[in-house]
Amino acid sequence: MIKQSVLSGMIVEEGSIFTLEELSHACGKPAEWILTLVEEGVIEPVKNNQKHWKFSGYCLRRVRIVQRLESDLGVNLAGAALALELLEEVETLRNKIALLEH
Amino acid sequence: MDYKDYYKIMGLKRDASEEEIKRAYRKLARKYHPDVSKEPDAEANFKEVSEAYEVLRDPKKRATYDSLDPNLKSWQQFGRQADRDASFEFSRGGFGDLHGSAFSDFFEELFGHKGQRTDFNKSAQFNARGSDHHAKVQIDLEDTFYGATRSINLQIQEADSRGKIQTINRTLNVKIPKGIKDGQQIRLSGQGSVGLGQGAKGDLYLEVHFKPHSLYRPDQKDLHMQLPVTPWEAALGATVQLPTPAGVVDLKISPGSNSGSKLRLKGRGIPGNPAGDIYVTLSIVTPPATNAAARKLYEEMAKTMAFNPRAKMGV
Repeated sequence: MIKQSVLSGMIVEEGSIFTLEELSHACGKPAEWILTLVEEGVIEPVKNNQKHWKFSGYCLRRVRIVQRLESDLGVNLAGAALALELLEEVETLRNKIALLEH
Repeated sequence: MDYKDYYKIMGLKRDASEEEIKRAYRKLARKYHPDVSKEPDAEANFKEVSEAYEVLRDPKKRATYDSLDPNLKSWQQFGRQADRDASFEFSRGGFGDLHGSAFSDFFEELFGHKGQRTDFNKSAQFNARGSDHHAKVQIDLEDTFYGATRSINLQIQEADSRGKIQTINRTLNVKIPKGIKDGQQIRLSGQGSVGLGQGAKGDLYLEVHFKPHSLYRPDQKDLHMQLPVTPWEAALGATVQLPTPAGVVDLKISPGSNSGSKLRLKGRGIPGNPAGDIYVTLSIVTPPATNAAARKLYEEMAKTMAFNPRAKMGV
């Protein structure tokens, strides 16, 4: 039951690249939903090469936050996208305040 | 297992209307949502509120819940009976899916396991990859400097071979990649759900957060810290010892430094290519004048050093 072997993983944000399918699988949502996030400008593909979109590892966190905001707070995609940007700004400001108060 | 007062959790009266329930939920969800709130208990509060809403929003579940007498000792038994004849529907992609944790024992006693979307489909004969899981883990800041191995306990809800949802406790030994930063995720291939047919197993994503540290404040790959120095170290300059996560280093303080002076130690922050830096803010600490000799020294300083720190204030 308990596995004793040591698991090694990759840091998603560093060097990890998702295909559209992988990103959609990682958050359990259909690819069409990911496409609407691209349309809304929440995430951007790394290389918009004609056939296959690739997304940087940073996209996963953004996608998951939007997913939770949509499902838990009932906001629409545009609202979630706005909230995401404001949240990032708040986080930056919080860090600055913490450093000043340190 | 405790009785849960869902009305109290949501700040509602027992005769609250559906609109009032929805309004209360939205307000509390915005207040405690783990992505939005930085309150220490936000996640636990949000979970409670979500659970309360899951019950009160649904007239059928609410009726079952309302029929319980909170003061009655036998309500547990009632719950078990209620569970047998009623079937409950659960919203797709709710709390358990997205936040990776289950509802309370009380809830499960009354309504059974929160129905999660499972990959299991009895009639389908096809291959599909198992679903990916997400979890949050807290590590020590030092772990990212050495790439430590940490044992992580996870509660995972998984369907068994007959499609029945079970909560499984898993312990994983995970190597923390050196140089990982707060908020980043580790992807563990093949540690998610079992696939269907010939489908591969899903992956497990661990979102890593540092436990608060008494000395260092991480900011991306940099660390910020305060260093207490004496007035003479600041005024005359000195070489003092500085603790860093990678060990003690000697730090040169230039003469004429002051409280608030900032020093940068290049490459001593979180490892990487390039590594982060450590920013040290000096903070002058005055020794107490508790004995005659110390008092005399201070008095001498007062006499010989004509210094008005409030000159800029015009006083």
